[in-house]
Parts: sequence; structure tokens; C-alpha cells
Amino acid sequence: MAEHAPATRVTYDYVTRTIARTLGGPTRGYFLLLGAAIALLAVGIVTLLFLLRYGLGLAGYSHPVYWAVYITCFVFWVGIAHSGTLISAILFLFRSGWRTAVYRTAEAMTVFAVMTAGLFPLIHIGRQWYFYWLIPYPNERGLWPNFKSPLIWDEFAIGTYFTVSTVFLIMGLIPDIAAVRDLATGWRKKLYAITSLGWTGANEQWRHYTRGYLYLAALATPLVLSVHSVVSWDFAMAIVPGWHATLFAPYFVAGAIYSGVGMVITLLVPIRRLFALDEIITVHHFENLAKLCLLTGSIVSFSYMTENFVAWFSGNPAERAAFWYRAFGPYWWASWTMNICNGLLPWLLWSKKVRTNITALFVISIFVNIGMWFERYVIIVVSLAGEPYTTWANAVYNPTWADWGIMAGSFGWFFMWFLLFVKNFPAVSISEVKEVLAPPRRGQVRATAGGAGGPR
Amino acid sequence: MSALRLPLPASLRELFKAPPTPGVLAVFSHLDTMLDAIKELRAAGHADFTVYSPIPRHEIEGALGQPVSPVRMFTLIGGIAGCAVGAWLTLWMSYDWPVVVGGKPVGSVPPYVVIMFEMTILFGALSTILGIVFNALFAARRSGSIPYDPRFSNDRFGIFVPTGSDKAGGGAAKIESLLRASGADEVRRG
Repeated sequence: MAEHAPATRVTYDYVTRTIARTLGGPTRGYFLLLGAAIALLAVGIVTLLFLLRYGLGLAGYSHPVYWAVYITCFVFWVGIAHSGTLISAILFLFRSGWRTAVYRTAEAMTVFAVMTAGLFPLIHIGRQWYFYWLIPYPNERGLWPNFKSPLIWDEFAIGTYFTVSTVFLIMGLIPDIAAVRDLATGWRKKLYAITSLGWTGANEQWRHYTRGYLYLAALATPLVLSVHSVVSWDFAMAIVPGWHATLFAPYFVAGAIYSGVGMVITLLVPIRRLFALDEIITVHHFENLAKLCLLTGSIVSFSYMTENFVAWFSGNPAERAAFWYRAFGPYWWASWTMNICNGLLPWLLWSKKVRTNITALFVISIFVNIGMWFERYVIIVVSLAGEPYTTWANAVYNPTWADWGIMAGSFGWFFMWFLLFVKNFPAVSISEVKEVLAPPRRGQVRATAGGAGGPR
Repeated sequence: MSALRLPLPASLRELFKAPPTPGVLAVFSHLDTMLDAIKELRAAGHADFTVYSPIPRHEIEGALGQPVSPVRMFTLIGGIAGCAVGAWLTLWMSYDWPVVVGGKPVGSVPPYVVIMFEMTILFGALSTILGIVFNALFAARRSGSIPYDPRFSNDRFGIFVPTGSDKAGGGAAKIESLLRASGADEVRRG
């Protein structure tokens, strides 16, 4: 793995202790944040109870807009999940050293984002108690699901993605939990002793672990690319103008990684500041994340141009009308938010000054996610609302409190799990950060003072 | 095991604890001195020793000359099984409850490829985990428990060389002097 040595006072011991110090001793600020997340979640739960009692009519659905904010949020959260696996699995295969300091947070974000996304298909079906009909279970009517439907593909893809991401996260955590186990006391020591599964760092353990980790990364890589492709086919397999495009799979995957990297930056900036991890998560890491953002943002910009060009070039009047409606119809404000935040904003990242300015990156990352939420809104809602053959039906879609309540609840759910994670398990990978440091060798006398060389 | 103490009365806890393996434990601060020690131990004919490290290093694997891990077999078999299960599931269920749509095939492979692919990944990943756990447990099938130092997960490397009961005393002393000569920071019997 590429070794780039940070300041020489960053030794193995420094890494272990700095990261172990972030666990335990939650402050009042932490409990305030956690309380806010739980409060948002409570709003979501109350809204869900109303939906269960009174039905989906509480949401803003109107003919022909029957997929709206809930599906937007679903695609939004699944998209965010993808960059975590990209950073942890795909960059692992590329042997990039900088990923080590950021991938644990990204992977945890992935698992919790998939958990959040998975709530939405359950919420939006309305009769949630029938959700098990989607599962191929033997029943006395002899029914099986329709495997030609992208919604069933979704079920398999997202179920697999959740399982594999969770398993990947847990595998990576084991050596790190062992490291904090050896420094912990009290009830945490017991928790870590159990969850580290008796890890001792013996050569036999590392041998099988590293091979297995490599194969998990290799399996997770095509999974990332396939899952959001499958999600995009929820739309592309339909014939709605604006949905029915072969571009959707790569377009959505690039957009997913774009929004996910934005969320990683949003999460890492406070983690780095509040946990004082400046020497481990450096400006160099943020710059690389910004470069990923720029790359995927450019692909998304290009996709917007392609979509619009092909709609015009096709000569198909329905397709042309759909894209005209997007830009100049009643939802023009959503389209222009999307185009500016996703099409123009990433171009700021060409400037090294912007890429290395943490505050600027934080602000940009928030707008990235706003823009990506609106992209899904525009694709889903505006394409449906603009269906030309229903202009007589005068469809105007407006989200209601039920839509926003569930969305707020999803943010609460995600941040609650994430906050619980960062205070109880190492949010930065201890063993992998050590892997990119030069190991302590007695053989070479190091010119700079520091702990990593010379006789002790 | 290092820190897990079962909440049982002492006599019962003894029942569950593995008997300790006698041997010599050495603690190293530096990677290169530990690699020298490994070479010396192998030259002296020892094969069944355990090396502790806070991170995996290719140099350690190379010095120990271990064969490639068999976990890859688990991954391969799991992946193939997943693909087969996905194909069987979708095709059998399609023919068992046929959804007849205007001349289109009842069991249609292109959409089923998506499901077969996902099942390949799912089964492959789960069997990789099984492979890691099974192999690591199998490797730890010693008759007893070996000593551990909590610093091994932080910044120290370690070697534990078991001494057989017939070589007790003389054997252990020789191993101790070999490890000290290689540059171990601490050597202790246990």
C-alpha cells in the first residue's frame, strides 16, 4: 500500500491512543446532538403512525404523481450509501493509502444509509403489513413474485447490499476493537472483548483475515455498481418520458457516489474537529475526497447534458416535451437548483484553494446533497407530473406534512445510529492507518526525532 | 483469551478455560529485529510458533513462508452456489406460477441475470466470512491457550514459541537465548 508518512510524531502508539481516546466520555454536546436526532426520529414515527391509521392519502400523491418524496428519499439514501463502499472496497483494490483514514466513517455511513433507505419501500407501500408478499415464500395459493420486475430486483440488490456492507464493516472493525479492548476498562472492556471475537493479531488470524478482506472488497466492488444500477432501473424499465433512458445506470451510479462523497465530507469535518484527529485525517484526505467529488460531479454534469441533448436529438415529441417541462414548467425552481448544485458547483473544485479549504468543502458538501436530493425529485416527480397525455388532469403535486415528517424521521434515524457508532466504536480505522505508516525499524536511524526508530 | 472473563464462580470458570501451553513469549519493538528472530527460529528447526503483530505485513508472511490461505475456496464455492441458487429460484418459480404475458417467455433469463448476480455476491460474501472464521478457528486448535500481551494490538510485535513437555527447561532456555540474541526487548516464560 502506498506509504506517505505524516508528521513523524504519528507513531503506532499515537494512532491507537488518539483514536481510542475518541471513545467514551460523551459530553453534553454529544447528548444534545443525539437528543436532536432522536427527536427528529420521533417526528418520523408519529407521522408513520398517522400513515398507518389514515393511509397514504395523507401524503401529497395526486394522479399521475404516485411516486414522490418517499421514493426520492429512498434513492437519496441508497445513493449516499454507495460512496462508502467505493471508498472502502474499490479504493482498497486500487491500493490507495489515503483511504485508510476515512473509510471507516464512510463504511459506517453506508450501513446506516442502507438501513435508512430500506425503510422507505416499507413506508411507501402503504399497507406495510403486506410487505412479506415481496419475499418468495411458499404459500397455499402457489404464488411467487414477478422476477421480471425491477422492484423485485431492488429487493434482492438492496438486501444483498445491506448484508454485505454490514459484514464488511464488522470484519474491518474486529482488529480495531481488539486494539481498543486492550486499552479499555469497565463495561466497555467487556463489550469490546465480546465483539472482537478473541482477536489477538496472531499470524494465522491475519493470514486468513487479509485474504478474506480482499475477496470481500472484490465482491463489494461490482455490488456497488450493480445496486444503484438496479435502483435506476426502477425508473428506466418504465416507459415514462424522462425515465425510460439507457443512460440511467451509469448516471445514477455516478450521482450516487457524488452525493455519498458529499455526505462523507459533511460527516468527516465535524468528526475531525470534535475528536481532534487533525494529524490523522489531514487536508490531503479532504483534497482527495474533493477530487472524487469533482470527478463524479463532472460525470453527472455530462449526464445532464447528454439527457437533454438526446431528448432533443431523438425527435420524440413526448421526450422533448418532458425535458421542456422540466426546465420551464411549474417545477423550474427544482430543476435549476439541481442543475446549479450538481452541474455548476463541482466546477469550483478545480481550484486547489477551494479543495484544500475545509470550510468551503463543508459548505459545498451540504449543497451537493441538497442538489442530489433535488435531482431525484426532478427525475421522479417532475417526469411524472409532466406526462403530456394527462395535461387535462391538471396534475400539481405538493408534498404534505406527512412527506416532510417521514423525511425528517429518516435523517433522525440515520444520525442517531451514526452518533451511537462514533462514540462506541472507532470511527477511524486504527490498524489500517498504521499500515500506511512506516513500521518501526531499528536498522535505519531516522534523521528526525520521534518515537519510531532508534533504541528504546 | 485475553480479556473475556466469564461471570461464573472460579471453579466453573476453570472448567471452561483452556489449559495454558508452556512456552516462551518475546516482545519486540521493531519489525526488522522480529523478522531476524523468525529467520533464526526457522533455521533452528522451530515451525509451530505464533507471531503477533498490530498490523499485517507482507514481510512477516514472507518470513514465515506460509501457503496461500484456503479462504479463496470458500469464496469461489459460495459464489458459484449463489449463481446456481439464483438461477434455480427464479426459473423454477417462474414455471411453477407462470405469469403469461403476450408471447413473452415465461422463464426469461436477462432479467433473472440481475438476481443471479446479486445472489452470487451474497453467497460469496457470506461464505468468505465462514471461511475466515472457520480457518482462523481451525488454526487455533491448539490444545491450550497461549499467552498474549495487550501491547501487541498497539505497537509491539511478539513471538510465542511453545516448548514441549519433554523439552522443558533445557529447550526453553535455548529458545530464550536465541530470541534475546535476535534483539527481543523482553522475553518471558509462560
